[in-house]
Amino acid sequence: MQILKYLLIKEFKQIFRNKSILPVIFVSPMMQLLILPLAADYEIKNINLAIIAEQSSTESRRLVEKIQSSGYFKVVSNQHSIDVAQKLMEDDKADLILILPYDFETELTQQKAVSVSVLVNAINGVKAGVGNIYLNRILMDYSTTLRELNLATTPSLQSNIEVRDSYWYNPFLVYSHFMVPGILVLLVTMIGAYLTALNIVKEKELGTIEQINVSPIKKYQFILGKLIPFWLIGQFVFTVGLFVVAEGVYGVIPLGNVGLLYFFLSIYLLAVLGLGLLISTYTQTQQQAMSLAFFFLMIFILLGGLFTAIESMPTWARTIAQFNPISYFIEVMRMVVMKGSTFKDLMPHFGIMTLFAIVINSWAMWNYRKQN
Amino acid sequence: MKQFLSFVKKEFYHVFRDKKTLLLLFGLPIVQIVLFGFALTNEIKNAEIAIFDLAHDPMSHQITERIKANSTFLVRQYLTHPGDIEQIFKSSNTKLVVVFPSELQTNWARGTQTQIQVIADASDPNTAQTLSSYINLIVMQYQSELTRRTNIPYQIVPEVRMIYNPELKGATNFVPGVMSLVLLLICMMMTSVSIVKEKESGTMEVLLVSPFNPFLVIISKTVPYLLISILNLIVILLLSVYLLGVDINGNVFLLMAESTLFIITALSMGLLISSVTESQQTAMLISLLGMLVPAILLTGFMFPIENMPIALQWISNIIPSKWYYIIVKSVMIKGLGFASIWKETLILMGMTLFLLALSLKKFKTHLE
Amino acid sequence: MRNEIVIKTQNLSKHFGSFAAVDQISFEVYKGEIFGFLGANGAGKTTAMRMLCGLSLPTSGQASIAGFDIYRQTESIKKHIGYMSQKFSLYEDLTVIENIRFFGGIYGLAPEVIKSKTESLVERLGMSQVKMQLVKSLPLGWKQKLAFSVAILHQPQIVFLDEPTGGVDPITRRQFWDLIYQAADEGITVFVTTHYMDEAEYCHRVSMMVDGQIKALDTPAQLKKIYNEDSMDEVFYRLARGAKRQAD
Repeated sequence: MQILKYLLIKEFKQIFRNKSILPVIFVSPMMQLLILPLAADYEIKNINLAIIAEQSSTESRRLVEKIQSSGYFKVVSNQHSIDVAQKLMEDDKADLILILPYDFETELTQQKAVSVSVLVNAINGVKAGVGNIYLNRILMDYSTTLRELNLATTPSLQSNIEVRDSYWYNPFLVYSHFMVPGILVLLVTMIGAYLTALNIVKEKELGTIEQINVSPIKKYQFILGKLIPFWLIGQFVFTVGLFVVAEGVYGVIPLGNVGLLYFFLSIYLLAVLGLGLLISTYTQTQQQAMSLAFFFLMIFILLGGLFTAIESMPTWARTIAQFNPISYFIEVMRMVVMKGSTFKDLMPHFGIMTLFAIVINSWAMWNYRKQN
Repeated sequence: MKQFLSFVKKEFYHVFRDKKTLLLLFGLPIVQIVLFGFALTNEIKNAEIAIFDLAHDPMSHQITERIKANSTFLVRQYLTHPGDIEQIFKSSNTKLVVVFPSELQTNWARGTQTQIQVIADASDPNTAQTLSSYINLIVMQYQSELTRRTNIPYQIVPEVRMIYNPELKGATNFVPGVMSLVLLLICMMMTSVSIVKEKESGTMEVLLVSPFNPFLVIISKTVPYLLISILNLIVILLLSVYLLGVDINGNVFLLMAESTLFIITALSMGLLISSVTESQQTAMLISLLGMLVPAILLTGFMFPIENMPIALQWISNIIPSKWYYIIVKSVMIKGLGFASIWKETLILMGMTLFLLALSLKKFKTHLE
Repeated sequence: MRNEIVIKTQNLSKHFGSFAAVDQISFEVYKGEIFGFLGANGAGKTTAMRMLCGLSLPTSGQASIAGFDIYRQTESIKKHIGYMSQKFSLYEDLTVIENIRFFGGIYGLAPEVIKSKTESLVERLGMSQVKMQLVKSLPLGWKQKLAFSVAILHQPQIVFLDEPTGGVDPITRRQFWDLIYQAADEGITVFVTTHYMDEAEYCHRVSMMVDGQIKALDTPAQLKKIYNEDSMDEVFYRLARGAKRQAD
């Protein structure tokens, strides 16, 4: 116990004296949490539409008006020329092109079906898909209105089933509320894993670890001496991120129990720090530790479900994601913060994370040997 | 020249002896291509949904069947109590609940207005919006098919054509992004760290006192990373063509030439970092937080630039990766020629010359 | 004094694959003795020393340190030895006082003891002026004297010194040896490896290691007599010339 106290004092002194690490721990996460949600905005807005009406007519103008007033599209060009529209698409300035044929009005007023062309710039798949659906809806709505106006006598042809959307938990569809909790998880993870790995490997590089190894310090004491400071730092970063940035700046107020979040965070940090420890036991230099940590964290982050949904992934990737601690914490954060899920709802998450913490740390302990 | 070669050879030994770093150098590009190509997609598939059917009539069943037939959705549960809705959202990954009102079919036949309710978990607003529009579309199509027999007038039939990426592959968007990321990582981070390492251990001094132009010593350190990058570039292109099926639509030589230009840009950034830092840790942190993170964020391959606040959009212009990304997208995906990208090429060249001049100047003052 | 054995090895060996880094060495070291452990680079000194400190397990053979078995009681051994390595091993980003306090603490000294020892130690080393400075800022010689003092702070039975005086000037080396004599007078056994043959002369007894084996072991005077040479330097040359291993 006394030994641990001395180890902790030493670690904290070293951390707070290191001028290149301090900003990384305390300033950069907050900067990232402030800027990332602004940059990582997948919200589908400003779908750029170029319209080509081969012949301007009352109906075509009405349709264009309807599209413009829908709020989904920004009409970037409305001309006769296809060249202009195509150039816009080449330059990524138009996501969709709608071509109304020459005889659009004539055909419509003759009560026939008329074909229009929709060209979709599919490089950005989401925007393309959603834009296409919106445009379809508008076209359908438009034709329904026409029918209702002109054929009021045939009620059986009306579309009288309406789909009504209601959005729970985030009625104003604020995208940052979705991203901020997830990004906070990433930051806590990166700091925890990186710092632990680099810190231990640095003692190896400098040779001070030898001095520790000949002393009566036990393995577990040395490891605890390393883990506890970074565990506390992780808690600190999380707290500042949650209350100052998420709540203060982005107005994300946790719906569920904050204590539950801290409970999960405490277990999660053990797993993440264990990962850093594990990396340090397999490496000799800081460059190696950085390379390994970067390699694995990159995979974990990409498969963590922050940027793309895990359930959309193929089976093999979903299997990997099941062994990814990050994905569990992101899910827990979102469930507790946005939906107010309770401990009972999250039992499986707690169970799995505890298992992770135990397995990773035992592996690291086993691999970290004082003796060769 | 012979001396230069021996320096380069020494650098290669360094790089190839460290297996763990090699994993990053060659493993990362491959893993990224595979992940981006196969695992990461913005397309929504297998979204878990639940059905709360108060109607239980042929119509509600038919619509349910159609939803089930769609690969976007995975019907996980049929609810029986209104209270279940809240519970299922809180305890599972259910994204959406479709509520069919009672007497759906009767009301429809009677011509009474009736509502199918779609309750979405909007904690992920995008998915919620997309999924409910899909349900909307399914219901609309179902209705119009029901009435089609009677030959409806006033129909607008959209004929949709996906251009550039007909199969809506995410890879098309990601391959150019991965290319810019990997080249930057290898050239900038690895170069700067390996040069600073020599500074730290004092071997740099030994090299610099050798009867040999100090600039060539520094340049020789960048050569292995230059070659590894080109190798990586070829690997990425082969993988993307043969594994992902993303073809190179434009001129391959143009693509390689532009990539080499970008590699030199990234190397100059690495040189600049190493000329102003003294410790490995600082070099790592500057490259990682100061350069790599902004490059991931602001090139436009992960996140659409036009959605960002103006200030970030403006900053994105000084990031070389952004211009390289535009070039690769134009040449590789859109198949455009040099005429369409001369502006971007010029910007990239300007940046490279500036960075190179600056870092050499810094080194010079350091050496003198 | 000569009777109490504190280090005893018997056919101690360490193999890395088929390579015998340490090949069946047997020797005894007595309490309060300054024992020089000599050998060329690559002869196996460091490997042997690491085994004695409990840093690495032997492949075969027996050894006991301060009465504890090298296989089963490494934790007890660690409590009774001090160690100072070739690579400087204090924390450079801690101050003089903080280093003393830290190492005192992890060897389980009571806070009052640490306090009084710190004061007398700083006093004795003449470091009162710099006690609040980071170790990084001290000259190499001071760092090494400090490292030695810290290594014997907890009054170990044996202190292992792995090339402790590498790279320091002759005056500092002389002062360093004064500290070693002082420690030996207090009953601490000193086990030291060195390259400097003049330092070998300061030892009570020296052993010469060649190709993983101990080729000679006696007092410096006796060794010079046996090999009929004027200095330890010559003795060393004669023995080491026969080495088959390349220096690393």
